[in-house]
Amino acid sequence: MNAPGSTKATPLHGIASDAIDASCRMPLFVLFGVAALWLAASSVFGLIASIKFHSPTFLSEAGWLTYGRVYPAAKSMFLYGFALPAALGTTLWIFARIGKVGAAQPFFIAAGGALWNLGVLAGVIGIFAGHSTGFENMEMPRYAAVLLFFGFLLIGIWTLVTLHERRDRRLGVTQWFLLAALFWFPWIYSTAQLLLVVWPARGTAQAVIHWWFSANFTVLWCGLAGLGVVFYFIEHVAGRPLHNSPLAVFALWTSLLFVSWTGIPAGAPVPAWIPTLSTIAGVVSVVPLIALAMVLVPTLRATDVPPSAGGEITSHRSAWCRLTSTVPGRLVASGLVAFLVAWVVQLICAIPSVNGFVQFTWFTYALSQLNLYAFLALTLFGAIYLIAPRVAGMDWPWPKVVRLHFWLAVIGIALIVLPLAAGGLLQASKFASKASHPELSFVTVANGTLHFLRISSIGEVLLLLGHVLLAGNLLTLMARCARARLAAAYESAVAEVRTAEVKP
Amino acid sequence: MNYGALVFLGAFVAVSLSWFGMVLSPQVQLGRQTQGTNSVNTAELYPVQRPGLAREGLEVYRANGCVYCHSQQVRQSGTAVNVILTDAGTNAAAAADALMKSRAGVTDANAVGLSAGLPKAILTDVDVDRARAAVEALTSAGAKAEIEIVPVGTDIAWNWGIRRSVAHDYLYDSPVLLGSLRVGPDLANVGARLPDANWHYRHLYAPRSVVEGSAMPAYPYLFERRPIQGQPSPDAIESKDGFEIVPTSEARALVAYLLSLRADVPLFESPVSVEPPPQETADTNSAAGTNVVSPQASASAQ
Ligand code: HEC
Repeated sequence: MNAPGSTKATPLHGIASDAIDASCRMPLFVLFGVAALWLAASSVFGLIASIKFHSPTFLSEAGWLTYGRVYPAAKSMFLYGFALPAALGTTLWIFARIGKVGAAQPFFIAAGGALWNLGVLAGVIGIFAGHSTGFENMEMPRYAAVLLFFGFLLIGIWTLVTLHERRDRRLGVTQWFLLAALFWFPWIYSTAQLLLVVWPARGTAQAVIHWWFSANFTVLWCGLAGLGVVFYFIEHVAGRPLHNSPLAVFALWTSLLFVSWTGIPAGAPVPAWIPTLSTIAGVVSVVPLIALAMVLVPTLRATDVPPSAGGEITSHRSAWCRLTSTVPGRLVASGLVAFLVAWVVQLICAIPSVNGFVQFTWFTYALSQLNLYAFLALTLFGAIYLIAPRVAGMDWPWPKVVRLHFWLAVIGIALIVLPLAAGGLLQASKFASKASHPELSFVTVANGTLHFLRISSIGEVLLLLGHVLLAGNLLTLMARCARARLAAAYESAVAEVRTAEVKP
Repeated sequence: MNYGALVFLGAFVAVSLSWFGMVLSPQVQLGRQTQGTNSVNTAELYPVQRPGLAREGLEVYRANGCVYCHSQQVRQSGTAVNVILTDAGTNAAAAADALMKSRAGVTDANAVGLSAGLPKAILTDVDVDRARAAVEALTSAGAKAEIEIVPVGTDIAWNWGIRRSVAHDYLYDSPVLLGSLRVGPDLANVGARLPDANWHYRHLYAPRSVVEGSAMPAYPYLFERRPIQGQPSPDAIESKDGFEIVPTSEARALVAYLLSLRADVPLFESPVSVEPPPQETADTNSAAGTNVVSPQASASAQ
C-alpha cells in the first residue's frame, strides 16, 4: 500500500492533496466506517438465510428470523447500507481530488451520512418486523425511505457543490459517470417509492414499475457508479489517459438511453408492447457495451508511457499491469472483468427464448450477484482500500490483511456465482423437460439445486471473513487516526499553555 | 464538455424518456383496466375483489417474504389446436371418408376408430386451417366436431395453471408480488391445485410432514399451542397431552389468501377450452371443480 505521503499528485493549481484528503475525513469516516459494519452484518444474515436451505427448521421459531425477512434484510444492508454510501463517499473524494478542491461542508455531508444510516437502521428493523414493502431491492418501508431521502439530499447536494467549486475546470469521463449515477439514484428511487408505496399504481403496473426500478438500480446505477471508479483508477491511479474519451461519453449516453428501458421479462403478464420494448432495449444495449469495450481494451493494452518529467520512458508495462500492481487496483480490475462478463450475459438473456429459459431460476440470481458483488462491491473495495489510508493520513494497520481480503472476496464470489449459474441452468433445463418427463417431481428438481447452494454457502463464509477483515482494518485505522489527532491536539494545547505560562 | 449542467440535462432527458415509456404509459394503460364481462364462457364479472380475509392474507404473504421463493405468474409458450369429435353421426364411414378427403391431412381414419370412445381428440396440435377443414368435413358428413384451443408451455406442463397469467388477474392486488425466483412452485393457481385449508395449515406448520424432502422453511410462529378447552378445535393440526396447535389469525388469513389464488377463468385475451370450475368464494374450502386434482394426488405428484 502506498503511504499517503507518497502520492505524487502535484496540484497544477488548487490546494494540496493532503488538505483535500483531510477535508474529506469526517464524511468518509462516517460513510465508509458504517458501510463496513453494514457489510459485515449483511453477510452474517446472508449466511443465516443460506443455511435455511439446508435445514428448513433452522431458526424458524421466531418470525423475524424467517427466510423471507432475513434475506431481504441482508440484501438491503448490502445495497443501502454498504453499496450506496460507499459509492457516495468515493464520489465525493474523487470529485474533490480531480477538482483539486476540498469537500464543501464536510460536516453536512457527515450529518447526511448519519441520517442515511439511521434510515437504513430503521428500514432493516422494519423488514425484520414485517413492514417490508414486498418489492425486491426496495423493501425498506416508507418511514425509512424518508430518512434515506433527506440523508441522500444532504450528501448529494454538497457533493454537487464540491464538483461545482472545482478549481480544475475540466470535467472528465470519470466525473461524467459518477455524476450521472448521483442523479440517477434519487430519480428512480423516489419514482418507485411514490408509485409503489405512497400512491400504489394499479395491478401489474406495479410490477412494471418495480422491474423498471430494479433494472435501473442494480444494472444501470451500479454500472455507472462502478465504471466511474474504474475510469478513475485507469486515468488517475494507473495514470493512463483513456484511449478514446468521446467514445466513453457515447457509451454513457447510450447506456442511459437503452439500459434504462430494460428489465421487463419477456413473458410478463402485461400488455405485450412493454416487454417487447424492453427486449429491444436489452438487445440494443450491445451498443454501449461495444463502445465500452472499444475504449477499455485498447486503453488497458497500451504500453507506451508518455515521457515522464525527466523525458525518458520509464517503463514498458501495459496499463493493465500498472492497474493490477496494487491490491486496490487488482480489486478494481477484477470488478471490471466481472462487469464485462455480466453485461455480455445480460445481453444474451435479453433474447426472449433465453430469457424465458433462465427466468425464475438460480441463474438469474447468480447473474445479479455477478453484477452487484463481483463488479460493484469489488470495485468499491478497491476504492475504499485506496482512499481510506489517504484520508486517515496513515497506512492500514494490517496491510497484509488487505491482500488476504482480496483473495477471500474473489474466491468467495466465484464460489457463489459459478455453482449457482451452473445449478440454475440445470434447474432451467429440468423445468423445461416437464412436458417430456411428466413423472419429474418438483421436489426432485428443487433439491437438485441443493448441492450448488451448499458450495455457495462456503462462498458466503469466505465473503463474511473478508468483510470482518475489512471492517476490523478500517475501524482500527479510523481509531488510530482519531487517537493520533487527539494526541496531536493535546500536544499543541499543552504547548500553547506552556508558552502562555512562559510569557508573563 | 466541461459543464456539469450538461450531464444533468442529458441524464434528465434520458430518465424522463424511460419514465414516460416504462412508468407512465403502462400506468395509464393498466390504470384504465376495469372489471368486465370478458370471461369467455360466462357473463360473470372478472376479476373480482378478493374477500377481506384473503386481502389480509396478502399482507401476511408480503410481510413474511414468501415472494423470495415463489412466483405468481404462469407463462405460456403458445397454444395447441385440437379437434374433438363429439358425435360420429349416423354414418361413421362417410365421416371418415370426408375427413380423409379434406385438407385436414388425415390418412388413416376409419369408421370403427371414429366411433369408439367419444368424445375424443382426433387431431392434436395442428394449425387452425387444418382443424377448420376437418370440422367442416365432419359436419358435412353428419358428425359433430369442435375445435379446442389448449394453452401449452412448461408452466402449464407443471400444472401451475391452465392458461397464462394476464394483467387482469392482478387488478385488485396491492402489492403485486410476481416473484423472481422459483425455489418453490408457482402459486398463481395454488387455490385451485390445493383447495384444502387443512393441508396448507399442516404444510405451513411443518412442510416436511406433508411433502417429503421439502426445502420450504417451517412457519411454527404462525401457530399457537394452547390447552384444549372442551371440544378440540376443528382446525387444530395437532393435539396431544391436553394441548392443541391451532393456526393464528395470521395463518388463517394467509391460507384464505392462498386459496383465493386461482387465475383460471378463461378470458378472451387468454382463452382456454377447459370448463371453468364452478364459481365459488375463496374462503370456503370445499372441494373444487372437476378439473382440480385432489390435494393428496397433486402433492404426491409434485
Ligand atoms: C426458502 C424458500 C421458501 C419460502 C420462503 C417459502 N416457500 Fe413455499 N415452498 C418452497 C418449496 C421448496 C416448496 C416445494 C416443496 C413443498 O411443497 O413443500 C414450497 C411449496 C409451497 C406450497 C405448495 C405448492 C404446491 O403446489 O405444492 C405452498 C402453498 C407454499 N409453498 C406456500 C408458501 C407460503 C405461503 C410462504 C410464505 C409464508 C412460503 N411458501 C415461503 C419454498 C419456500
